[in-house]
Amino acid sequence: MTGTSFIFWIVALLTVGSAAGVVFSKNLIYSAIALLFSLLGVAGLYVFLWADFIAVTQILIYVGGILVLIIFGIMLTHRITNVQLSHSSIQRGVGGVIVLVIFAGLSAMILNAPWHRSPAIEPLETVREIGRMLMINYLLPFEVASILLLAALMGAALLSRKTD
Amino acid sequence: MVDLNTYLIIGAILFSLGMFGVITRRNGVAVLMGVELILNAANVNFVAFARFGGMDLTGHVFSLFVIILAAAEAAVALAIILNIFNNLGTVNIDEANQLKQ
Repeated sequence: MTGTSFIFWIVALLTVGSAAGVVFSKNLIYSAIALLFSLLGVAGLYVFLWADFIAVTQILIYVGGILVLIIFGIMLTHRITNVQLSHSSIQRGVGGVIVLVIFAGLSAMILNAPWHRSPAIEPLETVREIGRMLMINYLLPFEVASILLLAALMGAALLSRKTD
Repeated sequence: MVDLNTYLIIGAILFSLGMFGVITRRNGVAVLMGVELILNAANVNFVAFARFGGMDLTGHVFSLFVIILAAAEAAVALAIILNIFNNLGTVNIDEANQLKQ
């Protein structure tokens, strides 16, 4: 086993193990911290997939933005004095069976499907290529996404304001 | 050894765990964490296909849009959860059943 593949398996294990921590942990803050490591692990997987720009975006937006937002949400919706912040689960049996069936179906599909593969050439500069595609092929979705972000920002500010 | 199937299986595991969180968690914030896991699973698949499918970087652009949508979704969802907490005094989504009564 080469060093690269050893590091890959460590990153993959970190991702999956932390994701399991997110859904199985009894403490809400521990779940948030596990989510942090899971998102970082996914960013590491992007690096192994030659997607450096997506990896940096993942760290900036997910870890720097969304996770901080989630922790703010936890802090604002619980009494700070309540150190435990425990959160329970319901219907673990039924949910587990449903999820196991879904996972079995997905795995069977993944392992049996004849995926189109071709020897890929490593892209020299992903940032330039992504920028070109955003400005030429995907200009309309890009602009729509900016309007959507503005609308979501205003909507969130409006929703969380005290009405009186 | 590490090929397309490895990434797809990792994505499937992430998706299943996120789905489990969405189904079983009572706290609204924890449900939101499950949704983030599901979106990450989809992103891993997009980038893996872009790498092993011999295609151009369209998968990267698509996962970029998914990340943007996840940011918008998290902001609005947390605003809604804050409103539920202010109105009902709880964030447990199984107790927010005013429409049933």
